[in-house]
Amino acid sequence: MLNSYQATPFAYIAYADQTAAHPVTHPVVIIGAGPIGLAAAVDFSIKGVPVVVIDDNNTVSIGSRAVCYAKRFLDISDRLGLGERLIDKGVTWNLGKVFFENEQIFSFDMLSEKQQRRPGFINLQQYYLEQYYVERLQEFDSASLRWKNKLIDISQDENVATLTIETPDGTYQINAQYVLACDGANSATRKLCHLESKGQVFQDRFLIADIVMSNNSFPSERWFWFNPPFHPGSSTLLHRQPDNMWRIDFDLGWDADPEEEKKPQNIIPRIKAFLGDEVEFELEWSSVYTFCCRRMQNFRHQRIFFAGDSAHQVSPFGARGANSGIEDIDNLVWKLNLALKGQASEALLNSYSEERVLAANENILNSTRSTDFITPKNASNKIMRDAVLSLAKSYQFARPLVNSGRLSVPPVLRNCRMISADTASFKTQIEPGSPCIDAPVTLSIDLDVTTQPFLLSQLGEQFQLLLFIEDPCELTAQLLAELQQLSELAQPIHSFMISHENLPLTLPSNITHLIDHSGLIQKRLDANCGCCYLLRPDQIIAGRTRQFSKQTIINMQSRALGAL
Amino acid sequence: MSRLNTNANIDNVDDFYQRLTDLSLNLKTEEVMVRHAKLILLLSNHIGDNQVLNEAIDIVRDT
Repeated sequence: MLNSYQATPFAYIAYADQTAAHPVTHPVVIIGAGPIGLAAAVDFSIKGVPVVVIDDNNTVSIGSRAVCYAKRFLDISDRLGLGERLIDKGVTWNLGKVFFENEQIFSFDMLSEKQQRRPGFINLQQYYLEQYYVERLQEFDSASLRWKNKLIDISQDENVATLTIETPDGTYQINAQYVLACDGANSATRKLCHLESKGQVFQDRFLIADIVMSNNSFPSERWFWFNPPFHPGSSTLLHRQPDNMWRIDFDLGWDADPEEEKKPQNIIPRIKAFLGDEVEFELEWSSVYTFCCRRMQNFRHQRIFFAGDSAHQVSPFGARGANSGIEDIDNLVWKLNLALKGQASEALLNSYSEERVLAANENILNSTRSTDFITPKNASNKIMRDAVLSLAKSYQFARPLVNSGRLSVPPVLRNCRMISADTASFKTQIEPGSPCIDAPVTLSIDLDVTTQPFLLSQLGEQFQLLLFIEDPCELTAQLLAELQQLSELAQPIHSFMISHENLPLTLPSNITHLIDHSGLIQKRLDANCGCCYLLRPDQIIAGRTRQFSKQTIINMQSRALGAL
Repeated sequence: MSRLNTNANIDNVDDFYQRLTDLSLNLKTEEVMVRHAKLILLLSNHIGDNQVLNEAIDIVRDT
């Protein structure tokens, strides 16, 4: 039981499905009401797809789980209608500081490009995140969230998957056209399908302590210590959370006895050594954990799609768990939505695994390297590591080598089949396969807005074209007719015309005019007049060209849909 | 004559650091020292410039 948060159990409700003579078929069943399953359910609901979510428990998850949510997580949550609420409750931070022994050796900024709607990170207890997502999902009558519904069997044929579910009222069966297995690292779905997640288990133990303290001098930043005086020979990580809660993470080494280390009489002296005897605090929650980095070979198993920790697991350094999980469902839901309408190719459905395996590999590589730096594998590597740290204070070159966690940024879907490679040169970090970058905009239609609008908030649920225009003369009748034709494709492409100045134009309703008053969109995308970016429904750049051509855009979309 | 560059200069530092630390896997500490010594000699020869090498030697002696 926590002092700072009271979880109200959700009611078990019996549904008509449970007494039906034959299994009822649903378009989508999601297994697991954690952050990833809930986000997927909201995404389907926004797209008008009814969902059933089952969870074997009946509360949000209690205790220390995920804490750090990255900018991309917040951008996706914005699309799902929840960004503002997360920001309001969460602790915003951009700065990380690294200490070696007594001294700060450097700091890093997680939001190098300013003037975006969302910060580099927020910290928020997972139970708040889940609570908010549950409340958001409850806004949709089409969504059915079923607590105390435990998956005990699953099978599939060419038409449906059949799930056998255990409830307090006994077992029942339902069918699903598609299943999302978002049931975590110990995924029951994965086991029932006889599938494996393979990788590396690390021989190290960490102690997590969540404490409540109100009087302290720590700012809202990520602080990481190598070999600090209060915990010699090891490392410590400190994060601030809402409600005056602080997450402390002590490296204990492999030989530590988890049962002993879990005892408050052993934890409290460690914290006092860190904070000083005079600081008052309450120990709210603690655990000793080990971790592994592993993934499934393929995230698609016919009609069953694995997302989040069920598909891939990483060490906590880098905050790449929940952050990559939400990118999974962002990638998947629009594809399944098309599949339910009979508009998705097999190639499009397979691209989910292709793209997210690539992302998982990058996340696993980064989190493995961080772990190897924090707890070197042998004496020689520890000497090398300490040499890097001791040089980093005075010599700039050593700082990029210091790895206290490479914090989550969305992997670029480079060389993926659905992404059109560049045919011209662009001088920007953003490339095809990246999520579109954010920047402030002015809306040409004078809406009643009190806050600064941003580009990403204008984007919708379909394919969209960003078309840069500087001279109204460029906006010919032919161009307008072709944009109209793009908006009438089987998968409509909505056009955003972006100009630096407000142009005296009357545009048809299928074109949204955005004014790039700061010039930052143009700069961040290295755009010229006539330049186009095609964005998928998940805001990933499908392709770009320096010169508008309807056929080029159509080809890019065909590739993005797996039709080329 | 040039100065020792102590600003970051390696394209992909994480790739480099992994290659460097993988050199020590499954070896005794003395065997690792031999590899590191060979690496220092190879890179020193590549640099060639005595002033640069002396600057680097002075840093490791003094820190």
